[in-house]
Amino acid sequence: MFVDSLLNGFNGLTAGFANLQWSHLVMMVIGGLLLYLGIKKDCEPLLLVPIGFGCILINIPLAGLMDQGGFLRIIYDAGVITELFPLFIFVGIGAMTDFGPVLENPYTFLLGAAGQFGIFITLLLALALGFPPKDAVTIGIIGACDGPTVIYVASQYAQHLLGPVTVAAYSYMALVPVLQPPIMKMLTSTKERQTIMKTHQKTVSKTTKMLFPIVITVIGGLIAPMGLPLLATIMLGNLMKESGVVGRLTKAAENEIANIVTLLLGISIGATMSGPVFVQTQTLLILILGLLAICLDTVCGILFGKVLYLVTGGKVNPLIGAAGISAFPMAARVAQKEGQKYNKKSFLLMHAMGANAGGQVGSVMAAAVMLSVLKGMGVI
Amino acid sequence: MDKWSFGMTMVVVGMGGTICTLVIFSLIMSALKKVFPYKKEEDQ
Repeated sequence: MFVDSLLNGFNGLTAGFANLQWSHLVMMVIGGLLLYLGIKKDCEPLLLVPIGFGCILINIPLAGLMDQGGFLRIIYDAGVITELFPLFIFVGIGAMTDFGPVLENPYTFLLGAAGQFGIFITLLLALALGFPPKDAVTIGIIGACDGPTVIYVASQYAQHLLGPVTVAAYSYMALVPVLQPPIMKMLTSTKERQTIMKTHQKTVSKTTKMLFPIVITVIGGLIAPMGLPLLATIMLGNLMKESGVVGRLTKAAENEIANIVTLLLGISIGATMSGPVFVQTQTLLILILGLLAICLDTVCGILFGKVLYLVTGGKVNPLIGAAGISAFPMAARVAQKEGQKYNKKSFLLMHAMGANAGGQVGSVMAAAVMLSVLKGMGVI
Repeated sequence: MDKWSFGMTMVVVGMGGTICTLVIFSLIMSALKKVFPYKKEEDQ
């Protein structure tokens, strides 16, 4: 009797090891890799550290963290399933983003549109590879290069893809400085890359800056009501910032709220990366398609930049087209750095920031339009 | 609906809708800049 009891007690201590599958180990290594990228390589550490840790946690068998009542399940159900976390993050992003550069030159909204082409091409590729329509849309959205948008769409329409698409989106966003320069070099001539763009004069009034979020919300909401939560939250954050009368709320949105939600969002996304679910050929395909989406966005942005170069008689440097992909503000910095590499007198940052802010609005609008088209077709 | 009709609808209406929306945004913001021009006093 005592021996049986002893053995059962001992089994309790070894059950974790006994239930460990090879896929759990693979995912622990991937979790470790995400931690390494975040901590040592400074790649999106705010997200990759909690995601990596959550990924390791969820692959420890029998802990039941994602079972009913498990602490990760509670966080996941409260913020991801309800879509609240990405929306709170958007309020913070809106409060942190200065749309001034895109308002200085409203034509840069068009670069933001061109930077979304990859989403739609990738959607077609995903369909060709046999993914069902809603999954294909979710995979295409990786090309929005905008984490909260990806999470919002996946949590609504393809929860089983939440882990891979989120990891793909944030990882590739962090890799923008590595992915974009070769494409920029391949698609532009030295003469184009050396183009100097006219320095900005400050021409946007405070009234225009305050009306921007209100007008965009109303017009965008009327065109694509299904994406209004995304658009409204980012614009609310921006209105708070530009109005200047709710400093406490603005600070809370860009600091405390954004920080707390980022932590909870990261760890609950990591919790979706359970070995038996994640280690599949499909995940690899999603990662490849996501990479392709962001590269195609860059290609289309630069090609549109080249069109503007031709139309304006060489006044627009096509490199700023690469910043139309969102990934704010990293893509703008890459355009500035690459421009300076070929012409020390070239200062593209403010122009690229315009395209980048246009891309931020463009990615949200692309998702909003897609959701509304899906609704119109009766798919959702 | 077959998947190619779905895909092409998404590309044409989705991408077209996104471009049109951003063109509209661009025009509206240009108009707003004209209606509410920047004045130097705003810096003070």
